[in-house]
Amino acid sequence: MSRNGLLIDYEYCTGCHSCEVACRNEHNIPRGKWGIKLTEVGPWQVNGEEWEWDYIPVPTVLCDLCKERVAKGEKPSCVHHCLGQAMEYGTLEELAKKMESKGKKVALFIP
Amino acid sequence: MKKEWKEQQNGCYTVRTCGWSPPGDHPVGCGMKLHIKDGRLVKVEGDAEHPISQGRLCVRCLSLPEYVHHPQRITHPMKRVGERGENKWQQISWDEAWDIIVEKTNAIKKNYGAESIIVFGGTGREACLYYYPLGFASLGTPNVCYPLSGWSCYGPRCAITDYILGAGYPEIDFAGHFPDRYDNPEYKVPEYIVLWGKMPLMSNPDGFYGHSLIDMMKRGAKIISVDPRINWLSTRAAHRLQLRPGTDTALALGLLHVIINEDLYDHEFVDKWCYGFDELKERVQEYPPERVEEITWVKKEKIVEVARLIAKSKPTAIQWGLAVDENPNGVQLGHAILAISAITGNLDVPGGITLGPPATLLGKWRVETRSELSEELWEKRIGAKEWPALSMALATTHPDETLDTLETGKPYKLRMGWFNSSNFITPTNSAQPDRWYRALKSLEFNVVQDCFMTPTAVAFADIFLPLPTFAEHDGVVITHFGRNAIFVGAMNKAFEVGECKSDIEVCIELGKRLNPEAWPWNSVEEFFDDQLKPELGFDFNDLREMGIYQPGYTYRKHEKGLLRADGEPGFNTVTGKVELSSTLFEMWGEDPLPYYKEPFYSPVSTPELAKEYPLILTTGARTFTSFHSEHRQISTLREITPDPIMEIHPDTAANLGIKEGDWVYMENMFGKAKEKAHLTPTIHPKVVHAAHGWWYPEKPAAEPSLFGVWESNINTLIPHKHIGKLGFGAPFKSILCKVYKTE
Repeated sequence: MSRNGLLIDYEYCTGCHSCEVACRNEHNIPRGKWGIKLTEVGPWQVNGEEWEWDYIPVPTVLCDLCKERVAKGEKPSCVHHCLGQAMEYGTLEELAKKMESKGKKVALFIP
Repeated sequence: MKKEWKEQQNGCYTVRTCGWSPPGDHPVGCGMKLHIKDGRLVKVEGDAEHPISQGRLCVRCLSLPEYVHHPQRITHPMKRVGERGENKWQQISWDEAWDIIVEKTNAIKKNYGAESIIVFGGTGREACLYYYPLGFASLGTPNVCYPLSGWSCYGPRCAITDYILGAGYPEIDFAGHFPDRYDNPEYKVPEYIVLWGKMPLMSNPDGFYGHSLIDMMKRGAKIISVDPRINWLSTRAAHRLQLRPGTDTALALGLLHVIINEDLYDHEFVDKWCYGFDELKERVQEYPPERVEEITWVKKEKIVEVARLIAKSKPTAIQWGLAVDENPNGVQLGHAILAISAITGNLDVPGGITLGPPATLLGKWRVETRSELSEELWEKRIGAKEWPALSMALATTHPDETLDTLETGKPYKLRMGWFNSSNFITPTNSAQPDRWYRALKSLEFNVVQDCFMTPTAVAFADIFLPLPTFAEHDGVVITHFGRNAIFVGAMNKAFEVGECKSDIEVCIELGKRLNPEAWPWNSVEEFFDDQLKPELGFDFNDLREMGIYQPGYTYRKHEKGLLRADGEPGFNTVTGKVELSSTLFEMWGEDPLPYYKEPFYSPVSTPELAKEYPLILTTGARTFTSFHSEHRQISTLREITPDPIMEIHPDTAANLGIKEGDWVYMENMFGKAKEKAHLTPTIHPKVVHAAHGWWYPEKPAAEPSLFGVWESNINTLIPHKHIGKLGFGAPFKSILCKVYKTE
């Protein structure tokens, strides 16, 4: 059976924190711990007019890719609530293809 | 959407709803499912069937259970027992609350006249639909006040649009009207979206779903950002115009200069549908890009390039923000921005600017309830005569005149205050909140409606009436408060906490006691049936079963006679055209054409003061974790945003010996406020930005602390009554200050 993962399109991750809170609600994770945590790169000016400022949520060891939700045919809670619709759940094969067609600012996580 | 909006699931049940408030947000109407178990809200889940939000949900809704069941929430009526400001309360029944309120109200009306009662309303919450009728039809006063200096939020843009286009709020077209959204065959994705002084991802302004911008960017729309800060969206923008705060109108006139002089405008639209083009053409000659660069700091080449893009790309949608309102020169800015959209042919076209009537549904009812008042009483509305441009478009008092009236007792003394969803001594919707605080002490009797004891409630409430959250009451969400109703959504009561009453329940129950003829409805459902049925043909229960109603959209209404009451083609203005030169502005003694005016206080207009206060302060950028002063006690959200943040350029900070995370004061000739420094290159070295809306629910409630409301009160730095000639716009986004470490 193929493995599953989380694809993050960080061109469109707006840093809204919905994934963090949705995950915490789903798994009853206590304060100070996270099932997925937003990281920030930048902001800094690359050259002339271009800026680098990226948010990338990183799933932690507490992430089980929402096994129970997925079994019921639902999306993982972080994917479902992501305001930028910048997260996808699927098999690594599917997601790798999506990464390739997106072509930039995209990451794939196996928690 | 499914017809069933309430579903049972092994021992618990879920209720589908469209969110509004409280807790606050604008009428965005995001779809969600509320999970109730054993009388508690245990979980909130985004509703994937909702055509706008599509399952997405922000952290404020995801943490709603914490808000609903918060130990500090007030869920029963309260009567003050100690002195005002001591924070001592006694729980009372609703009957006792009504008895006290009715007796006081009647006595004050009998002894001093109904005009001595004033209703204060806050921003964005559902109360915006109900605090007007509460004043006009329940209490019977002409004085309903939105206390923000220069009415600097939404009202100015609505008024400008009313006068220049004769229409409701000009929202960019994000296909929200259509059930099939972006796939609708009539719809076109904007080629460029200009975000002018606006960051909708956090703010979801007026009902526009902020992340629709991301939807449109994924479908090819490009962004032009006009903002003194490089925000996250501007890092994804094709062009960034990082201008000096408060100089926006010069920039708009510079863009018009290029569009007109390079002959890039839509001749057909101008010839057929615009009034005053030649005068505008003459006016913009004063704003060549070279001069505009000097004023705004934006390079002239950039001005030319962006002007060409705006004119040549079809469609271009300009989304104007609060920066238009919070500017004494903002009427001219709004006028110039509407002129750009008009002469480039982007009004009421697919992917351009959508237009609706100035008021519909509940948005219309709320102002029409003023017919409950006699002409004689209506004439007494504070500031109405002095500020006709404001009082014609908005049914409120003039906010700055209202503070003057409280301070001077002229033209008459105000005696009773009703604060609905407005915590305005925190730095939210008032300038000089410390001055308001002192002035409001003269009121003899006050009622506060809210969910928590706020600094404003502790300082003034004699009676506190608890509001239910949107999970606990029925309601109708109507985007843009009915000024461009992109959709209408059902807000469904899922359960009860304590004994809270919604805005409309309070209006009806108080109204039945004081003015029963105006309040014939025996239930909230009956009331909504009567609001919906005549215009839309369905009742509240039908709306619940639909979930949301999207009306569809007719483009180019001016060609079809759909904008004017007389059914003629054209716009619903004095001249029947888009008024590039405004007949009404001229009638009110204002220049009929847009012009640039320096901020009241700036390195250019007050160079001496600028030596002492060398930085330009801009305030009020939104975060995901709060709605203005709300949510500060919600620990999940406070964990994400623990402190008020001020942004400062690393070079400026280094010169001042300020390091990341230092607490600093921002101070000027009007006041000072303490915030935590965040060093970032996204802000200009001569500019600082300060967060607004801060108080500390964890600090002592009683005076003088009032939850630490004076510590980080950034609005104390904003002066009173420094507004434009027509009465609109205060300098919340362009004032001088100095910055130093707290020690």
